[in-house]
Amino acid sequence: MLFIPELVLLIGSLVLFGVSLGEGKEKMAHNVALGLSVAASLLCLATLGQKGSLFFDAYRIDLFSQLFKLAMALGMTVVIIFGGQLKGITTKMRPEYYLFMVLSTLGLMMLVSSVELLTLFVALELSSFALYLMVPMRDDHGGLRIQMEAAIKYILFGVVATGTMLYGMSYLYGLTGTTYMSDLVPKMHELAGNPTAMLAIALFMSGFFYKLAVFPFHFWVPDVYQGASNVTTAFIASIPKLAATALLIRITTLVAPDAGESVVMLLMVCAVCSMFYGNLSALVQTDIKRMLGFSGIAHAGFVLLGLLTLDTAGFATSMYYISGYLFMNLACFLVICKVSQNGENVSIDDLSGLYKRAPLLALTLLIGMLALAGIPPFVGFMGKFMLLTGALKAGHLPLVILAALNTAIAIYYYLSVVRVAFTKAPEDRPDVSVDVLTRVVSVALIVIIIFMGVVPKPILALATSAVKSIL
Amino acid sequence: MDFLIINEGFPILSTLVFLPLVGALILLFLPSENLQRMCAMLITVVTALFSIQLFTGFDTTTAKYQFGEHVSWIPSLNINYTLGIDGISLLLVLLTTFIMPLCVLGSWTYIKKRVKEFMICLLIMETAMLGVFMALDFALFYILWEAMLIPMYLLIAIWGGPRKTYASIKFFLYTLAGSVMLLVAIIALYLANDGTFSIPIMMGQDYPFSFQIWVFLAFFLAFAIKVPMFPFHTWLPAAHVEAPTAGSVVLASVLLKMGTYGFLRFCLPITPLATISLGPYILWLSIAAILYGGFTALAQSDMKKLIAYSSVGHMGFVTLGIFFLNKQGLEGAILQMINHGITTGALFLCVGMLYERTHSREIADHSGIAQNVPIFVTFLTIFSLSSLAFPATNSFVGEFLVLASAFSVNKIIAGAAIPGAILAAAYMFRLLQHVLFRGPGRPDLQDLNVREIVTLAPLLFFVFWIGLAPEPFLNVMHASVDNLLGQVELAKAGAQMAMMPLP
Repeated sequence: MLFIPELVLLIGSLVLFGVSLGEGKEKMAHNVALGLSVAASLLCLATLGQKGSLFFDAYRIDLFSQLFKLAMALGMTVVIIFGGQLKGITTKMRPEYYLFMVLSTLGLMMLVSSVELLTLFVALELSSFALYLMVPMRDDHGGLRIQMEAAIKYILFGVVATGTMLYGMSYLYGLTGTTYMSDLVPKMHELAGNPTAMLAIALFMSGFFYKLAVFPFHFWVPDVYQGASNVTTAFIASIPKLAATALLIRITTLVAPDAGESVVMLLMVCAVCSMFYGNLSALVQTDIKRMLGFSGIAHAGFVLLGLLTLDTAGFATSMYYISGYLFMNLACFLVICKVSQNGENVSIDDLSGLYKRAPLLALTLLIGMLALAGIPPFVGFMGKFMLLTGALKAGHLPLVILAALNTAIAIYYYLSVVRVAFTKAPEDRPDVSVDVLTRVVSVALIVIIIFMGVVPKPILALATSAVKSIL
Repeated sequence: MDFLIINEGFPILSTLVFLPLVGALILLFLPSENLQRMCAMLITVVTALFSIQLFTGFDTTTAKYQFGEHVSWIPSLNINYTLGIDGISLLLVLLTTFIMPLCVLGSWTYIKKRVKEFMICLLIMETAMLGVFMALDFALFYILWEAMLIPMYLLIAIWGGPRKTYASIKFFLYTLAGSVMLLVAIIALYLANDGTFSIPIMMGQDYPFSFQIWVFLAFFLAFAIKVPMFPFHTWLPAAHVEAPTAGSVVLASVLLKMGTYGFLRFCLPITPLATISLGPYILWLSIAAILYGGFTALAQSDMKKLIAYSSVGHMGFVTLGIFFLNKQGLEGAILQMINHGITTGALFLCVGMLYERTHSREIADHSGIAQNVPIFVTFLTIFSLSSLAFPATNSFVGEFLVLASAFSVNKIIAGAAIPGAILAAAYMFRLLQHVLFRGPGRPDLQDLNVREIVTLAPLLFFVFWIGLAPEPFLNVMHASVDNLLGQVELAKAGAQMAMMPLP
C-alpha cells in the first residue's frame, strides 16, 4: 500500500511503453499519461497520513515524502493538461515523450523517499536520464538545432554535478561507514566543524544545487530553458525543483540545528549570488522562457534563505515557498504554452495585447508574474515575507537587506511582462483559443495562488509537521 | 489588548472592508454594462451609508481604538487580523467611503470599454484602502498597502491616457521600491517586540536611538514616496495626468493620504526620538515641496498637471503640520488631509467632465467658457477658491491651523511657507481667469447634466460645512492627537540624553 503511487506510475510507464510501440497513438498516450497523473495525485492524497519503511529501511514513507509526491503529481497533471497536444514535439515521438515524463516523475518521487545514499543516487539518475532525453525531442523548427545544444549542455552539467555529488557521498561513507541517513545524522553531528565533513556536505549538496539551479550550478538554465520545448521547460522548471528542495532539506538536517556555521556560510553566499545573478540577468532578457529561467535562479536563492536558518520553521517555510513557486511558475508556463502557436519560443513582445486576445490568460499571467514578484496577497509575498522574517530572526540582517533589494530589482522585469500584456496593442497577432480543461486549470491555479497567500495557516502547519517527521 | 475596544456586536469594520470585495465578485456575473454600473453604485453607496454609524457611534473621549475586531490569522508568525479606528483614521475611512460612489458616478459615461473590469478594480481598491486605514497589525497593513498597487496599476494601464504605459509602470515601481525597506523595518520591529506585529504594542517602546533612526528612515522612504514629498514626487504628475478621472480622484483623495497617515500612525509613536531629531530636516523638505509645487503649478498649461503639482504643495502643508509636533499642527494636518481629499478630488472630477466634452485638458482650449457652461464654472470657481484656502472654505481652516502652529514654533520656517499660500492663489486665479473670462468661449459645450451635478454637490456641501463649522470634525480627533503627542513627549522626557540633534 505504501508504495502504491510509485507502483502505479511504474506499471503505467510499462503501459506507455506498449503504447509507444504502435504508430499514431498520440491521443491514447496523452490520455494514459493524464489518467496516470490523476491517479498518482489521488493515491498520494490517500497515502498522505501513512508512515513506514520499505526495502530494508532504504525507502521511507512519511508525511514529508508524501507531501512532496502529492505536489509533484499535481504539477505533472497540470503540465500534461496545458501541454495538450504537445505542440513543440515531433509527432512520432509524442508517446515516448509521455513515457519519459512519467519515468522522470517516478524517479523524482522515489528520490524524496530515499533515505539511503545508493537508493537516492539510483532514483536521481532515473529522473535525470529521462529528463536528458526529453530535451532533444523538440521538433526542429528553426533548423538551428538549439534543442541539441540544450540537451548536450544539460547532460554535461548534469553529469559533472552528479560526479561532485558522488564524490561528496564517498567522503560521507568514508567518514561514517554508513550510507543510511538515519545513521549519518548522529555521526555527522559528532563531526561538527570537521572540515572534511563540511566539504562532504557541500559536495553532496551540489548535485541538488544543480537541479534547483542555484549559483554556481546554474549555467545550464538559460540555454536549456530556451532550447527545450515549452512543455519540457515547464516540467523542468517546476517539478525537479521540488525534489531538489526536499533533498536539500534532508541534507541540511545532517548539520542542523547547531553544527554548521560553515554550511550556513556556504548557503548564504550561494543564496546572495543566485539572487543577484538571476535578477540582474533577467532584466535584459527578451525571450520569456530565458527570463523565467533567470528568475528561477533568483527564487532558488530565496529557497536557500529558509534552509540556512537550520530550524524547523525555516525548513517548513522553504517547503511552503517551493510549493507556492510550483503553482506560480506553472501559471506562467500555462500562458506561454497557450500563446505559442506551433510550439515555437515566445518572446516577451509576443504577449502584446494579450488582455484583448485572451482575457483569462492575461489574468493568469498577471497573477503569476505578480506572485513571482512577491506582491501581496499572493503566495509569493507570504513566502518571501516568512523567509525574510525567519532569516532576520536567525540574525542575518545584511542578508535580509540584500534579499529585500532583490525583490525591488525583480519587480521591474516581472512588471514589464505584465505591461506588454496589458498596455501594448496586439497589432496583427491572432486571438488565442483556450480549451475548457485549460481554463479550469488556470482558474484553479489562480485560486490556489491567492488561497495559499491569504490562508497560509493550514499549509504551513502541514509543512511544519512534515519537517518534524524527518528530524 | 487594553488598547482596543472590542466590538462585541455586528462586525462593522469587517463589513465595510469586505462589502466592496463581495460586490466585485457579484459584478463578475452581471451581464449588461448598465447593470454593472448600477451594482457598483449600489455597493459603494451602501458602504458609504453604512460607514456613517462609525461617526455617530464614535466615542470622542477615548484615545483607544474603537470598533475593534481581533481574529488570529497566521498563528505561527503571530499575525492577526486586527482592525480598529481612532480619531486619526476615522475621518480618512469616511473620506474613502464617501469618495468612492462619486468615483463610480463620475465614470458613468467616461469609461466606455470594459466597464465590468473597471468597476471591479475600483471596488477592490476600496477594500484595500479601507483595510489600510483600519489595520492594527503591521503585517496586515503591509499586505493591503502593497495589494492596492495592482488594481491601481490596472486602472492607469488599461483605461489611462496616451502615455499610460510609462505612467503606470513608474507609479508601480516607485511605490513598490519604496516599500521594500519598510518590510525589513517591520520585521525588525517584530523581532524587537518579541514577535508581535501589533501596531499599538510597538508604540511607545524604548527602542535604542540608532535603531529608531534606521526604522524611521525606512518608514520615511516608503511614506514620503506615497505622499509624495519633494524630491520623490516625480511619479505623481505622470500618474495623475494619464489616469482616468476616477483613478485620479482615488489617487489624489485617498492614496496620497496614506503617506501622511503612515507618518502619523507609525513614525511619530513608534520612533519618536528619531522623529524629533530628523523632524527639522523634514520641515525644510516640506517647505521645498510647498514652493516647488506652487511654482511648477504656475507654469502648467495642462489642467490636470496643474492640479497634480498643486497637490505636491498642499501635501507639503500637511507634512509641515505633522512635524511641528504640536496639537494645532497635527489637527490642522489631519483636517487638511481631508480637505485636500475633498477639494482636489472635486477638481479632478471637474477636469474629467470637461475632458469628456472637449477631449482636451489644455487651459487654452477652454478659455472663456463661463458664458457657455455657467453651472460648471460655478462649481469650478468654488473648488478653486477652496483649493487656495479662501476663508469660509474648508482648506482655510486646515491651513490656518497649520500656519498658526508653525508661527508658534518657528517663525523662519513659517515665514518660508507663506509664499506657498500666495502661489496657490496665483496659479488657481490664473486658471480661473483663463477659463472664465479670456477668449471667445465655446458655444457647442453642454452644461452639466443632473448626474454630474449630483456628483459634485456632496463635495460642495462638505467644502462649506468644514469651512464654516469644523468643530465636529476636530472634536473626534482631540483625544487621539493628545495621546499621540503624549507618546512623543514621554519619549522625549525619557531620553533627554539622546536629544542631541544630528549634525
